[in-house]
Amino acid sequence: MKPAAFDYERPKSLAQATGLLGEDPYGNRVLSGGQSLGPMLNLRLVQPKCLVDVRKIPEMTVAEEDNGALLLGGCTTHSAIEDGTVPDVANGMMASVAAGIACRAVRNKGTVGGSLTHADPAADWPVCLLALGAEVTLHGPSGQRSLRLQEFLRGPFETSIEPGEILSRVRIPKISASARWGYYKFCRKVGEFAETMAAVLIDRDRDIARVVIGATEGRLIVLDQGFDPALDFDSGQAAAIVDEHLPGADSYKRRLHTAALRRAVAEATT
Amino acid sequence: MNDAHQGVGAPLPRKEDDRFMRGRGRFVADIKPAGIREVAFVRSPLAHARIRGVRVPADIRDRVFLSNDLEDVQPIKAVSALPGFKSSVQPAVAGDKVRHVGEIVGICVADTRAEAEDLVAQVEVDYEELPAIHDMLQAREEGAALIHDEWGDNVFLESFVDVGDILAVAARAAIKVEREYRTARQCMAPIEGRGVIAEWDTRLEQLVVHSATQMPHIVRSGMAECLGLDHGRIRIIAPDVGGGFGYKGILLAEEVALGWLARHLRRPVRWIEDRREHLIGNANCREHHYKITGYADADGRLIGLEAEAHVDSGAYSAYPFSACLESAQVGSILPGPYDFEAFRCRTWSSCTNKPPILPYRGVARTGVCFAMELVLDAIAREAGKEPHQVRLMNLPPPEAMPFDNITAKHFDSGDYPTCLKKAVDAIDLSGVRDRQKSVGPDGRRIGVGFSIFCEQGAHGTTVYAGWGIPMVPGHEQCGARLTPDGELELRIGAHSHGQGLETTLAQVAHEILGIDPGLVRLVHGDTGVTPYSTGTWGSRCMVMSGGAVASACEALAERAKKIGAALLQAEESEVRVEGGSVVALNNAMSLVDIARTWYLKPQDLPIDVDPSGLEVTVGYKPKVDTGTFSYAAHAAVVAVDVEIGHVEILDYVVVEDGGVLVNPMIADGQVYGGTVQGIGTALYEEMAFDERGQPLASTLADYLLPGTAESPDIRVLHMETPSPYTRFGQKGIGESGAIGPPAAIGNAVNDALKEFGAEVARLPITPRRIIAALEEAGA
Repeated sequence: MKPAAFDYERPKSLAQATGLLGEDPYGNRVLSGGQSLGPMLNLRLVQPKCLVDVRKIPEMTVAEEDNGALLLGGCTTHSAIEDGTVPDVANGMMASVAAGIACRAVRNKGTVGGSLTHADPAADWPVCLLALGAEVTLHGPSGQRSLRLQEFLRGPFETSIEPGEILSRVRIPKISASARWGYYKFCRKVGEFAETMAAVLIDRDRDIARVVIGATEGRLIVLDQGFDPALDFDSGQAAAIVDEHLPGADSYKRRLHTAALRRAVAEATT
Repeated sequence: MNDAHQGVGAPLPRKEDDRFMRGRGRFVADIKPAGIREVAFVRSPLAHARIRGVRVPADIRDRVFLSNDLEDVQPIKAVSALPGFKSSVQPAVAGDKVRHVGEIVGICVADTRAEAEDLVAQVEVDYEELPAIHDMLQAREEGAALIHDEWGDNVFLESFVDVGDILAVAARAAIKVEREYRTARQCMAPIEGRGVIAEWDTRLEQLVVHSATQMPHIVRSGMAECLGLDHGRIRIIAPDVGGGFGYKGILLAEEVALGWLARHLRRPVRWIEDRREHLIGNANCREHHYKITGYADADGRLIGLEAEAHVDSGAYSAYPFSACLESAQVGSILPGPYDFEAFRCRTWSSCTNKPPILPYRGVARTGVCFAMELVLDAIAREAGKEPHQVRLMNLPPPEAMPFDNITAKHFDSGDYPTCLKKAVDAIDLSGVRDRQKSVGPDGRRIGVGFSIFCEQGAHGTTVYAGWGIPMVPGHEQCGARLTPDGELELRIGAHSHGQGLETTLAQVAHEILGIDPGLVRLVHGDTGVTPYSTGTWGSRCMVMSGGAVASACEALAERAKKIGAALLQAEESEVRVEGGSVVALNNAMSLVDIARTWYLKPQDLPIDVDPSGLEVTVGYKPKVDTGTFSYAAHAAVVAVDVEIGHVEILDYVVVEDGGVLVNPMIADGQVYGGTVQGIGTALYEEMAFDERGQPLASTLADYLLPGTAESPDIRVLHMETPSPYTRFGQKGIGESGAIGPPAAIGNAVNDALKEFGAEVARLPITPRRIIAALEEAGA
């Protein structure tokens, strides 16, 4: 379990980084926190020609409020969010979610951008940031483009990122002071990937009521139309949503997703 | 016991912890002789296949070694003399056929492990895939593919036990409980994996092997056989070893391969196991299947037990314990500590296309205890009794000790009913029953479960002679000597890799000689300098090595008395050894001074001094060597989330009787660690295989081990009924913690689910299995 040989570069700017990636867009890979890429290298599941370490690029670690939103560099670590060293625009939701990711050692290294580009359906950031309506900026050889997270995440381990592009920034709209959120995930043991997870955002002042179901075998489920969680939201309603949107799930997974959805809604409404 | 409270019974802090806690231990992977080359193995990706050919690029042919290169190496054969046992032939490197995923097909050598893995990727093996035997029941089906072609079937051993009149008991039983249980195949997971360094010493013409092993002397015997070398031409050294649990209690194909390689290359070679090869190819254990029927009278008193049990032994018989150990043990230990009339049990040790199972802490007992204790709870539910009430009707009372049970197991001592009652009180059974009357706001259901079982330890010659396997424990030996500066050096052939023997054996020496435990140095794990021993397994060290150290210290005391008396100008009959000194009527001389005089100032010794010196080697065996029987009752309270199937352990109690505890703190540590492993067996650990025999977990993300967050506060209570047969009344307790949890937790979960009429019957008890049980019961 030792990686195949690779080269390593640590550029100081996005332009340098895209240049390095452009030398071999399919063979070279971005290294951020390395918490998923590291094991994949060791198992030789990936054998890049060159790793482009983007952590020393100043733009990759920005964390600032801008025009009603939080801009987070792709290399912002989970622990930076957990510890509140970045501005809170989600009434504590992001710090709370960050604190539940894997274990502290992973959170110290792992990054938001890495988690989103890896696109594991059972990871926390895709589910949480979909609920918050985030947007990502991709930096490529011919400039940058922004995408809604929902468009960026195409399926399990599949995103809209093109070879040679870097996820440089995440933009998270600030939620209203009156907004409520709920987040529930179930892992067989602490720190493992989830068996089921659900996130809920109810922001009446911005006219948003949104739920996301994660740890699905396919695309994450996002509902932001026609969903009106109320105090009496029960298992029956939750089950109806799960049955409609995840018809292929087996009875165990349906049961888990139903419970997660109900529990997340309960957290946001009571 | 000793006043200074450093001897037997003292909770002395562990001497070895200073180096371990400071990161100063020295493990195989810390050793790097000059010029060493690293090894990576080509391993089979298929479970069952014929090897049509192997292609090695010409430019790397000198760094790749295949079966035909090792043609003078004998295969590993772990035989048993039990009637009907079929022996397997396990080559160090497979040539014509592979029988499990992960089996070694080639050896690649390079300057670094990564480069060795680069070589592995260039070796192309042409396999003809054969149908795989992926399950122990399927192995016995008509027309099943043959793993060892010459056998005619896929059964290592079938055994049958029939005591009492089971038909008569069945006819009169008011309660009959029939169940089918399955335990998972597990992977033992010590923090340190395996590792081997082999080097050919041209001066001594000796193969020197550093290996993370529990039994260096047995490994030497096995390697001598496979490599055709005399014992004296092989030296095995086990340095610090980071946990064994049975995983390091075998002869490895890797040890044989590296031994050959070092001799062939005349260069030191090293292989450090990685977690992937550990999980997919090496660490299998535990997998049982039971069809079991319990017969009871209307009160719930067990009167008979009938079972058909399978053990999935994997593809090969592992050396030295063989593929008979686990299945034949099932037949003899299934009755546990209970006294009842009739027992019939047939067992099969199935051969499958999986890595060989190895004895794991508790060996067959964990599965046996799960099957037996779940049946007893099912009987209690039928009889409308509390689980402990039905058990108390069959547990032998203290006045019945020593007690020979229905399979002639000789229970040396103990008070089983009191042990169980203490567990019932400590877990507050009536309080739990009150809590169960209403469901809390989170909707979780509370359940309580018990298990009680025994652990045979320090099995002796009379037990193992009958198995006829390559190893029979005899007298355990200890070499003891005073050094010129008065330190006591103890040499034992067993090995300490977490047991704390550097501390506990020093306590034993203190008990006999009164010497400061700080002056006692334990030398172990090196065939070159220690007396022969079968090693560390079967909860034997405190009884066997402890007894040997006591005997050796007593013999050394006699030697010291002779010299001391001469120096003190006293009669030998007037002196005694006490507090680290030879004491006469009016004067005394410390062992330190006696040793200094003996070695450094012999001119001060009388001319007619006894010439035997201050070094002895003495053997020891308990008066009755059928083994010690420690025992324990476990009690668990769980909360089951019936929406998602999650189990939380709310409370966990262990009442343990390990006889006289040499170091109660270390005994607690053994119980804690074992119990957490048992929680892994109960709730998390499973190495599943698909129909092609492919292992479905290859990293610790797929193979779940309990961590600190999953470990409850375990409350340990002790009873100390001395064994009548051992030196200090001590008993082996190394494995007990790992035996009880699946049964106690399984019973607790079933107690929580009883309102739904649901029962779990398969380990581990995963959320998916709990939901399936609920759905099957219509809940």
